[in-house]
Order: sequence, then C-alpha cells, then structure tokens
Amino acid sequence: MNITLSVNGETVTADVLPRTHLVDFLREQLGLTGSHLGCEHGVCGACTVRLDGDIVRGCLVLAVQADGCVVETIEGLSDTGEIADLQAAFIARNALQCGFCTPAMLIAAQDLLRHGGVPTREEIREHLSGNYCRCTGYQAIVDAVEQTARQRHDAVESTAGTREAAR
Amino acid sequence: MSLSPTDLPNSYIGRSVPRPNLARLTQGRGLYVSDLSLPRMVHVAFLRSPYAHAEITRIDTTAARAMPGVVRIVTGAELAEFCTPWVGVLAHLKGLKSAPQHPMAIERVRWQGEPIIAVLAASRAQAEDAAERIEIDFSELPPVVDVMAALDPSQPVIHESLGDNLAFERRLDAGEVDAAFARSDVVVEKTFTFGRHTGVTLEARSIVADWNPGEQRLTVHLGTQAPHMMQNIIALHLGLEEPQVRILCQDVGGSFGIKVHVYADDMAVAALSRMLGRPVKYVGDRLESFVADIHARDHVVHAKIGVSSDGRIQAFEIDDLTGIGPYSVYPRTSAVEANQVVNLIGGPYTCPTYRARTRVVFQNKAGMSQYRGVGHPIATSVTEGLVDLAAMRIGMDPVEIRRRNLVADDAYPCASASGLKFEALSHHASLNKLLSVMDYPALRAEQAALRARGIHRGIGFASFIEITNPGPAFYGVGGARISAQDGAAIRLDATGAVICQTSITEQGQGSGAIIAQVVATAMGVPIDKVRVILGDTDNTPYGGGTWASRGAGIGGEAAWQAGRALRDNVLKLAGTILQALPETLDIAQGSVIDAADGRERLTLAELARIAYFRPDTLPPDFQSELMATRHYVPRQYPFAFTNGIQASYLEVDTDTGFVRLLRHWVVEDCGTIINPQLVDEQIRGGVVQGLGAALFEHCQYDSQGQMINANMADYLVPMAGEMPDIEVAHVVSPTLESALGAKGAGEAGTAGAAACVSNAVNDALAPFGVEITEIPLTPELILRALGRA
Repeated sequence: MNITLSVNGETVTADVLPRTHLVDFLREQLGLTGSHLGCEHGVCGACTVRLDGDIVRGCLVLAVQADGCVVETIEGLSDTGEIADLQAAFIARNALQCGFCTPAMLIAAQDLLRHGGVPTREEIREHLSGNYCRCTGYQAIVDAVEQTARQRHDAVESTAGTREAAR
Repeated sequence: MSLSPTDLPNSYIGRSVPRPNLARLTQGRGLYVSDLSLPRMVHVAFLRSPYAHAEITRIDTTAARAMPGVVRIVTGAELAEFCTPWVGVLAHLKGLKSAPQHPMAIERVRWQGEPIIAVLAASRAQAEDAAERIEIDFSELPPVVDVMAALDPSQPVIHESLGDNLAFERRLDAGEVDAAFARSDVVVEKTFTFGRHTGVTLEARSIVADWNPGEQRLTVHLGTQAPHMMQNIIALHLGLEEPQVRILCQDVGGSFGIKVHVYADDMAVAALSRMLGRPVKYVGDRLESFVADIHARDHVVHAKIGVSSDGRIQAFEIDDLTGIGPYSVYPRTSAVEANQVVNLIGGPYTCPTYRARTRVVFQNKAGMSQYRGVGHPIATSVTEGLVDLAAMRIGMDPVEIRRRNLVADDAYPCASASGLKFEALSHHASLNKLLSVMDYPALRAEQAALRARGIHRGIGFASFIEITNPGPAFYGVGGARISAQDGAAIRLDATGAVICQTSITEQGQGSGAIIAQVVATAMGVPIDKVRVILGDTDNTPYGGGTWASRGAGIGGEAAWQAGRALRDNVLKLAGTILQALPETLDIAQGSVIDAADGRERLTLAELARIAYFRPDTLPPDFQSELMATRHYVPRQYPFAFTNGIQASYLEVDTDTGFVRLLRHWVVEDCGTIINPQLVDEQIRGGVVQGLGAALFEHCQYDSQGQMINANMADYLVPMAGEMPDIEVAHVVSPTLESALGAKGAGEAGTAGAAACVSNAVNDALAPFGVEITEIPLTPELILRALGRA
C-alpha cells in the first residue's frame, strides 16, 4: 500500500505491506534506527515515537495508520534542538548506560515536560513507567528530567520577570 | 611508596567525567547489532521446540521452501556438518559433567525453545512466515521439571550417556561443625527458595555473521562481553583458525552476564553464514529471548545457623540444590553459581565452622548460567536471612548481631571458612557509615509509631562480600581459553592526540570513559585528547573483556601501566629534543613541562611533529617509540574482594500483600573510585536488578516444562514508578596489588538487594510471626504466609 506522511519534517511516500509496523517501517525502510525494538508487544516502550504530537508505541501502530500523519522520531527531535537541554541533562547525570531505551525515554520525558510546570519525582516516575530501563534503576533518569523541568520553569519565570520589569 | 594517582596534578581519577559516547546515544545515533544491514544479508528465524522433552519424528520443509523470499532451510543434522558440538565443563570443577550440545537439535529436543530448524529468507517476516509452514512431528517424552525431583530414580534421565541427572556436586567441611551446633544456644534451620529469573536485556541478543569466501574470513558482529573468547570458540567449532574470525562489538543494548555465554542460536548463525557464504542476521524477539537466553538462580537452599545467646555465630551449614537446564552452558559452565554459593556463605562473618553441599542437576528448562551477581544474591540472602532470624530468636537487634560477628576491620589479611582470601575489607566502617546516613534510631521510632496505627514497615540489612578482579582461578585453570589478563595499547598520534586500544568492552557501564580517565591521568593530557577503541579482535590487545566486575580493576590497570610507559617514552624524546634529563621533565595538560616549576617546555603536538615528520633533527642513534603496550593480571590474590552493606525500608500492605519500597541505602567499598558517578550508577542499576528478583521477576514453568510467562507483559521487571531513590555512600580500601587500587563495582548492588528486602519484609511482618524465605516476594506469597490468601 502507498502511504504519504511527514517524517521529521520531510514528506515521505512509500510502499508498505499492510502488516508492517510503524517502527519497522521507520527502521528498515527509512533507516531511522534510533527507534528501537525491545518487546514488539507494547510493553517496554523502546519504540516510542511521536505521531501527530502524541507519543505512541511504534510496535502497536501500523505504518498504514500513519498515512497522512506527522511522525517525529529521536532523529528529528535531535535535529530540531527541541530536546537539546534534556539530552544534555541525561549526559550530565549519566541517565543512560547502554542507551537502548534512551531515545524513547527522552521522547516520553519530553511528552511530560511539554505540559509545563515542574512535575514531582513521583509524577515523573509515573509518567515514565511505560518505558523499561534495565541499566540505570531509573533514579538518574528522574533526576535528569526533574532538573530539565526546573531549568525550563526558571527560564520561563525569568522571561516573565523581564517582561514584568520592562512594563 | 605506592603511587597515589589521585594526588597527581590534573588527575581525572576520582572525578565524575561524562562518558564520551553518550551524546550520540541520546541522539539515536548508536549502532547496535540489531541496526546493522549488510549487502546480500539474509535473515534467519528459528523454528524452536514447543516441547520441553520430545523426539523429533518427522520434518517436512517442502511447503516452507516454496514460500516467498525463502533462501534456504537448514536442519540440525545438516548444520552439524558445519559446526562441531561443545561440552560445557571445566577441569577444576571436579566431576562436572555435561553432554555434547549442537547448535540446533538433532533427533531429540531437551527444552522448550531449543532451536531445531533455521529458515533463511530475504526478511525476518518472510522467514517467520515460512517457519510456520514447516511440518514437524514430535513424540513427547516426560520432562524433568522440578529441581527437587531431578535426582529421583523414577524420573527420566535427560542424557542417557551421563547415567543420571546430577551434573555436579561439591562438599565442604571446615571445623567441628556438629560440635559447634551442639554448643549453640539457638539453632535456626530454614529452607530458602530462589525463583528462576533472567536478564531481559532491552536489546535482545543479536548477531550478524559474515563469511567472506574471498577472504576466507568470518566477521561476526556480536553484542558480547568477551570478544576474544567468542573468537576462539567460533573458530574452534567451525573448523577455522582463530585469525580467520573477527569479532566486532559496537553498542550493546544491555548485557549483565547474559551476553557472555555461547548460545546455540549464535553458533548456528555463524555456521549458517559459513554454509551460505553470505551475511546472516539474527535478532532475538522478546518471546524467544525468554526461552533462549540463560536464566539464573533457581536454588533451593536448606540452611542452618547456630548462635550463642550473646549473639556469636558458631556455625553455618547449607545444602544447596539448583537446576540448570539440559546442558551445562558453554564455556563458563552452569556450576559456577552453585560453587560461588558454597564459597560465599558466611563470608562477612568471623566463623571458621562451616559445612556445605551443593548439587547441580539437569532439567528440561532453559539453560542456567552466570548472570550479574553470580551466586552472591543467594549466598547473601541465606547468610543474612539466617543472621536476622537468629537475632530475632535471641532478642537481639540486627545491627548488634552484625557488630558482634562481622570480621574486624583490622583483621586483614585473613581467610574465610571456605578458604577465600581477603586483602582488606571494611565491614564495620561500612556499617557505621550506613547507620549514620540512614538515621537508624529515627527509622525504628517511626516504625514503632506506625505499627501502633496498623501500618507495617520493616527495616532490613544485608552485609555482603563481592568477588571482583578475577585472575585465572575462575576459568583459565579449568582449561577454558578465557583470558584472565587484559591489555592496553596507547599511542601518541602526530597531532599529540592519544589513542588507547583496550581489550575490555563496553556495555553501558562506562568502560570507555574510565579507560580515558586513566590514560589521560597517566599521560598528563586533557581527557578530550584521548580516544578509546574497544570491541574488535582485530584492533585491540588480547584480553578477557568486561565481566565479573573486572573491567576497571584489570583493564584499567593495564591502561594505567601502558599510559605510564608511554609517558616515559615521551619524556625520553622530550629530553632529547630539549637536551634535558627526562627525570627533570613531566607532562601536564598535554605539554611537556619542567618538573620543578611547571613551566611549559614543549607541547605534545610539537613533540609529535618532530618525531613523525622531522626525525632527521634528532640524534642518529635515537628512535622515538610513541606507542606502548602493557598487560595486567592480579597475581597475589585470586580475586579482589569488595564488601558493603545495604539496607531497605519498606511497607507491607497486609491486606493486599503488596510491598512498597520506601528507601534503600548502600555503603560499599570498591577501593579506589575512578569515576564516582559511574560507580554509583553501577550500584543503583545493580540494586534495581536485585529488587526485581526480590519482588517481581520469575520464570514460571508448568509441570510440562512450558514457561508460562515468557513475555514482557507477564514477566514483570522493575519500572520507574515502583522503584525507590537509592542512596549510595562509600568506604575506600584500595587493593595494594595494583597502582590504581581499583576493585570492581558492577555486581555489589545485585549481591545484597534481595537479601535486605527479604529481611525488611520479615521485620515488617514480625508482629504476625511470619518468616518468609522465598523470592520473589509476590503479593500472593505474602498473603499466603499471612494466612490470608
């Protein structure tokens, strides 16, 4: 079947088998190997990508379902710089070891952070509980997400403060 | 005077330097074997046994061969022409026996998940489609499932040639054990049960094997912890010379011991590539990982402790039984965990009186072998469980009984009842530090206050010792070609940059980072000038790799020695250029300086320029050597023991049986800490794997040998929401065997986590008179113990 979709800002037209999962299409046909396969039954979260702004499991969505949609992967989020601060926090905090869960973990964390505010550690843990990490024990990940939330929050506050002062 | 690297100017030792490979991993630019695609590559899917034990009576691949995309279908008998079988025994584990294992079953299958037929096709999906069309008949045989029943003469013998299902037995008797129990005021006897669990690496095992007939060479892309071991074994069984095999290991999506073994399907892929003369790719899917990866633990330990009423431990005795699947796993065997249990019981305590027996039995389940912590979680849980139960019986605080029995910090060097040699441990300093960071009295007060309100919280402790930095005592002495030493080759390039090739490997623990730190410090160069190359048998020194908590202690020391040797060479050259005595010079921040006043004399870039491009300006009898190689293996002690103590604070819901982990503390002593952040994260990750075993993880089998929860939805692993923050602190007792003084840290977390959780649960449930000595501590198990299930 022919599908046309936007992947990381580029329009892609491709011929896919109806049974092809979105993540297999991204990895095998587009070479976007930053999205990973950990279980292929929707549990581990390693294949998390953004579909029309919401995070989905790439192993539970068929490529044909993404026809006409906007797909963003770790490659796209890296290139645009949208999560550069979060990536930097992950590196500084060693919030990844083998790195296999990391692209999806970042996308899931960014999904939480996009809502703004500074989530509690419990809220961060809860939000990331669909993403399995075998290496870190999660604490470093929670630290990195929490720190990024604070930085973004402080940046917003300081911008608001500057505006206030300018009035 | 022994060298103290942390005292050197510009030292990176002891600093939390970020790992150089993280940026690309956060950007999705890792290169895992599962990402790899090569020209002419075919994909393989295995038809695996649906039965735990059966004869294969008929195979018909006619319909399957006609399926789209199919390139070849290969049976076990056909593949046997390309790969000889192996036997997983080691000479020093006396009496250990196993049977020859082929990469794919021939005639008989012995576990559910054993590969039988390989289907090679243009895509994995097509290979799986075709595999479904294979017609295969089995004649079922009764399986041996239960560990306790495996030695029963009424049970089938899994390998007739071996006579029975007993793979290995070891006994140990130290001191007057019966007399010690007789004089004990209290003897506690319990059976401890440990569920089977597995590694669940997020990237399943993956391999791309590429036989190039033009080169007569096999390049194997493999996520492995031990590239040279795999080179040797693949060459040996495929009938190749070792130089004909190259193992390449780039990014590895988790390992934890899972990827240090020889697997039937990996060997099949290597042989299939040889057979077809083209690249063959296999990526395990999650469902097959659960039945094809090694499992771990699965021990039943009948155990006994005797104490006097003043809390002095008089004796330990254990009888351990463990089931390992149908074969002893090659080449590290499946007897090492049991052997470790025998060695480690009672390890933290002064108690020379100890008797042990372990029996290792075959069964029709997935193979069992070394996984993070190897034997430590079992030995620690049994020892610490017994110590706590004994304390409870004599009405002594669990801290006090430990104080009275932990080996004194000034007693070293000394040996355990089982003969383990300890260079320098710090049990009491660790205990004291733990008590101060956790504020023990306040927690006990809180526990008491909440108990009055019907909230049941518990505090549990677990002291432990950990085997790290193994020399040849683990494998080499038993005849396995697994290197005990590691090497580092360091060169100064023409721009003054430093390249280090190391034989240790990276699976996420930060091997690359710590090697860079060590080399930068040894050389006196900024760390961003150091590049580390690992995971390639063509381009690294020969060595063991990263397993058994040996990377930093052994590979790191080799890098240190090589860095110091190259520094000496550089200073000789600098002395020649500057007409100064080398001993009056030093290197700092990438420049040769005057040792006396720190004045810069010559940058390494300029020095390298002269050496490489203008050697004509040097004296005719001087040849610069800007590459140095050193190897290291500990010689004085067979292992560098570390120690530590963990504590857990948790709440048990006595209505639902759920355990909520509230706090977790670890104090450990791994000697010199090269990178504090990486050590702490190894500890935390290790703890969480131990917590998984304590509460969730269990490979459940039915009576027919079917693993009934072999998927990620039913096999539970720790997720972020249920894990606590883990506080980590250190005591530092460097090993004096090496210049760096580093010991291992990768398994300490796993060693004690389950033990202190079990003790905390029993502490929480003490008012109910409940003592549970089984993991995982599922809600069902807890409710049953409470009589509420």
